[in-house]
Amino acid sequence: MTLGLINANPVVHAKKKRVARPLDDPHADDAVDPLEIYDYVRDIRDPEHPYSLEQLSVLSEESITVDEKLGRILITFTPTIQHCSMATVIGLCLREKLKDCFPAHFKVDIKVAPGSHADEEAVNKQLNDKERVAAALENPNLRQLVTECLYSSEL
Amino acid sequence: MAKPTEYVKHIESYVDSSSSPSQQAASVDALAILLRNDLLTLEALVRELDLYLTTTDSIIRSRGILLLGELLTQLELKPLSDAAIHSLIGFLTERLEDWRALRGALVGCLALLRRKTDVGVVTENDAEAVMKSYMQYLQVQSMGQHDRKLCFELLECLLERYPNAVQPLGNELFYSICEGIDEEKDPQCLILAFHIVEVAAKLFPDPSGPFASYAADIFEILGRYFPIHFTHPKSEDIGVSRDELSRALLLAFAATPLFEPFAIPLLLDKLSSSLPSAKVESFKYLGYCAPMYGSDRMAKHGGALWSSVKDVLYTSPESALSVESESDGGMIFEESDIMVEALILLEGLMQQNSDLLLDMILGDEDINNFICSFLKPWDIHDTPLQLRQQLHSVGRLLAVSAKSSMASCNRVFEKFFPQMMEALGCSVGNHSDESFATEDRALSSRFNYEAVSGNAQSSFAYTGVKGLQLLATFPRSFAPVSLLLFENILLKLVSAITSNFDKKFSWGLELKALVEIGLYIEGYQESEKAATFARIVVDKFVSWISSDEPAMPLSLKMQAICETGMTGISNMLRIVQGMEKAISAKFTQAYVDGNFESVELVIKVLECYSARVLPWFEMNGGSEEVAWNLAAIIWDKIDNSSSVNLTVQNYELLGAAMTAMKQAVRRCSQESQEKIVNRAFRVLSASTLFPLKDSPFATSLSNSEDSYLNHHVDRVSCRDEWIISLYASVVIALRPQTHVQNLKMVLQLFIMALTKGHIPSAQALGSLVNKLPSKTNERHLSQEYGVEEAIDVILTSSIWNFCQSNTLRKCSLFGGGNEIHNTKCLAGLNHTSVHISAIVGLAWIGKGLIMRGHEGIKDITMTFLGVLLENTNNGDFPESCDPIEGKEQEVIPLMKSAADAFHILLSDSEDCLNRNYHSVIRPLYKQRFYNSVMPLLLSSTRQSNSIITRSMLFRSFAHVISETPLSAMISEANKLIPLLLDSLSTLTEDVMHKDVIYNVILVLSAILMDKNGQVAVLENAQAIINQLIGLAAYPHMMVIRETAIQCLGAMSELPYARIYPSRTKVLQAISKALDDPKRAVRQEAVRCRQAWASIASRSLHF
Repeated sequence: MTLGLINANPVVHAKKKRVARPLDDPHADDAVDPLEIYDYVRDIRDPEHPYSLEQLSVLSEESITVDEKLGRILITFTPTIQHCSMATVIGLCLREKLKDCFPAHFKVDIKVAPGSHADEEAVNKQLNDKERVAAALENPNLRQLVTECLYSSEL
Repeated sequence: MAKPTEYVKHIESYVDSSSSPSQQAASVDALAILLRNDLLTLEALVRELDLYLTTTDSIIRSRGILLLGELLTQLELKPLSDAAIHSLIGFLTERLEDWRALRGALVGCLALLRRKTDVGVVTENDAEAVMKSYMQYLQVQSMGQHDRKLCFELLECLLERYPNAVQPLGNELFYSICEGIDEEKDPQCLILAFHIVEVAAKLFPDPSGPFASYAADIFEILGRYFPIHFTHPKSEDIGVSRDELSRALLLAFAATPLFEPFAIPLLLDKLSSSLPSAKVESFKYLGYCAPMYGSDRMAKHGGALWSSVKDVLYTSPESALSVESESDGGMIFEESDIMVEALILLEGLMQQNSDLLLDMILGDEDINNFICSFLKPWDIHDTPLQLRQQLHSVGRLLAVSAKSSMASCNRVFEKFFPQMMEALGCSVGNHSDESFATEDRALSSRFNYEAVSGNAQSSFAYTGVKGLQLLATFPRSFAPVSLLLFENILLKLVSAITSNFDKKFSWGLELKALVEIGLYIEGYQESEKAATFARIVVDKFVSWISSDEPAMPLSLKMQAICETGMTGISNMLRIVQGMEKAISAKFTQAYVDGNFESVELVIKVLECYSARVLPWFEMNGGSEEVAWNLAAIIWDKIDNSSSVNLTVQNYELLGAAMTAMKQAVRRCSQESQEKIVNRAFRVLSASTLFPLKDSPFATSLSNSEDSYLNHHVDRVSCRDEWIISLYASVVIALRPQTHVQNLKMVLQLFIMALTKGHIPSAQALGSLVNKLPSKTNERHLSQEYGVEEAIDVILTSSIWNFCQSNTLRKCSLFGGGNEIHNTKCLAGLNHTSVHISAIVGLAWIGKGLIMRGHEGIKDITMTFLGVLLENTNNGDFPESCDPIEGKEQEVIPLMKSAADAFHILLSDSEDCLNRNYHSVIRPLYKQRFYNSVMPLLLSSTRQSNSIITRSMLFRSFAHVISETPLSAMISEANKLIPLLLDSLSTLTEDVMHKDVIYNVILVLSAILMDKNGQVAVLENAQAIINQLIGLAAYPHMMVIRETAIQCLGAMSELPYARIYPSRTKVLQAISKALDDPKRAVRQEAVRCRQAWASIASRSLHF
């Protein structure tokens, strides 16, 4: 009836249990792995709903790849609906979060899953262009939205 | 009649917006009383109100109308004439268009419409007028929460009370409902909105009526709320609970079959969520709605519904093994809420349209195949958990299906029962298990009977499947089982345990089954069965102890033996007998020849004693005889053997024997302890350790004895080591009252042994000085020694000479003289290890003293300090370029052991000197020691100028603070923190100190977390932060980095002005930690960085 939410009633999934990692060799180094990255980003709040990206199945551990030697992280996420205009905001949140959590030498690529978004190419381009990302984060409204998503205590 | 002046003041008080809410409420009450008692007529009041009701000042007007509305609410029970009601409702209906003064009109209309018939009600025409006015003027969603609520109440009231008045309005009404409830978010309003939909839907059941055309729109609005999710943490705050809201929505969903085309797909869609609560809700709604929508409408969803039910019940059943079923073989499940709701849904659907569903269930290939796969012989214990969950679910599924009607029951029966019976027969053959089979046959025939007789039909199919599972679940159902059958079952289980040890899970279940049976028999005092149990199970197990049969691992054997023993005292005694026999038989073999198998066996048996049997007897009030016997057996065996082979296993055996000895002795009474200690002393005195046993010991050993001791200890034979270790174990576990014979000799012996590095002797000495009576008058007549004498003997021994040439003695004699002699220091380099042993021994003795709060601890502490200081203070050991480089190698370990002695002094030990071993413990002894030693340590630290001495002093300091309770130190946190930081920076110089650093940083973090330490922390904030930044990159130990970063995170909570100057520095250090090789450190770093970044702003730019 009224033009409100983009996806008014998304399907919500259960949060997976946080499994404690088995204690590995205390003398070996722990490489950065997808689960570690996932643990940082799973609790980012959706811009539209009081659910985490994990609950909305936007992200999963499998959608993250990491190459520690080359210092690259690739995250592929799946917006809940094809025309989700929030996809770019979600991408921005991911980028901000990873910037906070990993040393600067990691190169982060963020993409929407192939076929999951109507404007796939445009979104991908926007999310991986550092000029555009910087510009977007200078927009006070966007900045506030991103901050809310990252540090929200609503979940 | 009341005079106008009386009530006008009330009116004015109410209308006046400056009066307080309580004044206003009082005026309304006063007016209502006047009206109710007919002291004032409504007409007169309205006339008086006239101007207030019609003025152009909207604030006053709204107050006036609200007054009227409030009064009408209060007068609900007062009879009014039809004409009065008509004119009032007419006026209020008109006022609905006046949005500035809306609330009063709403309140008034609501009050009038809610009136009971016997006091005069609003006519239907007037109600229709209200409805029309409502639809025309009210923009519900643009109002505030309270007004929205009133609007919804009004609408609800109209729909419920005046159905005939609203019915003709049709489409317009629904348009207005949609408009009103769309986007509503307030829980209280939502409950009303859901109820409005429910009532409206029931008002227009016609499938071609006005509701039908709006059903899609209304459901679109409603559907968004499913499943109800509360973001409010507490439902008390809003007066509505989630369950109430969910219930209201459920009723709205189920209000009309017209919702079916929208609701069922939505609910099925929500089942795909992995959120358990969403699934539970969906099933609940489906289960409730299905009967309301009717079987015709539901028929077309049958397939989808069945597949979703099957998905939950069969494909991924989420049932948990119930707690008690663990012991019954793991077949009793607690279903999750989802499964419960799914079964309720299935039940509802079966009752609605059993044929359709039964076709699907019985025709389902997965289910059929699954059941067929279980008709083959199988073993419950080998079945993975998921299969068993599925089995359980299928059982429930069939039970529910069979329950719905006679016909469906028959169909299920026809389909599966013959197969099952056949399979049972089959399983009899292959299982070669007569007892189970009999049991099963009995069960099956009972089901058969029930099925034939037509009673309790519902349970048979379920139990039919369960019958297979009952193979493992029997103990409780044994009451009617004959003795013979019982025997067979036990035999079967025992043989299963004997042969199945490689299957860990099933083995455990079988053992548990046996234990259950044992407990059951014990609980019900069935003597015949108890005898059978003892004969078949216990004796069998006991016979395993010393035989090689069966070939199962020893640890499993012992587990089986102990657990069966714990079923009852008689069984335990049998087992203890068996174990005693085994020890008697094998101990000598193990201990003399080092025969590998015997050693292993004896170790296991002894461990079993100390870990299970002895505690069990203590718990269950058994006699001390068991403990006494064990000690006696061991001493007998030692006494009777003459030599021992020293192997690695032999050390293990010795360890096990010592633990068992301590555990046994500590549980004995004073008399038995004396007997044991005397027996032990006889063995001791017969050993080669006592060539001097007849020669009189002088109060102090001469120097020649010193050399004698060192030589002698080197030659201590293995047997002697056994004897003295076991003797030390006995002494450690003695009660304070127990008298020890020949104490002086024993003391000399222990002193001699500890110089060899024999820790148990040192611990025994510590225990002795801890427990000996302190004053002569308290002493037993027979006790030849008090603690003073014992200390005299100990401290005058020449082994301490190396450190202070007997200053120790002088200290105690001349009241703490601080002079340090160094005559004999490092007299021979090869003595270093002896000296270290002596320091460790002295530390244990000190521990005994410190715990009872004895003064002697001062001398001992001074000795340690002396060792720490003397090596450098006299220039013997300058900081660099020492000509005698070898000395460094010698001195550092010695100093380290002196520093670590403080750790022994203060830390709690499991081996000795604790409550279990009857130690004398003075309250707050750690605090006292802390207070007395701290000034000494501090002054020494200030005086010393050698790096090594300083670091060793700080090491001692670190030991002291990490073992002292925080509450004792926190009051002086101000002085402590600079020292802590000093010690951290000194200790980080050497890798050797890393464990100590960790302890210190833990103390620091405890101070940071403590309220009372805050002031001190604040004063030293900069220094603490700087030190922590250094430790965040400490390369040698991960936990130090992690804790340092955690502490940094905690520092960010301090007042802004204090910590802001450090912000940049901290953030830079932390961003390095983000790249730490260890994950735990990285995670802490992220948290810490977030905390520090946010003290200035959210952004991380710096």
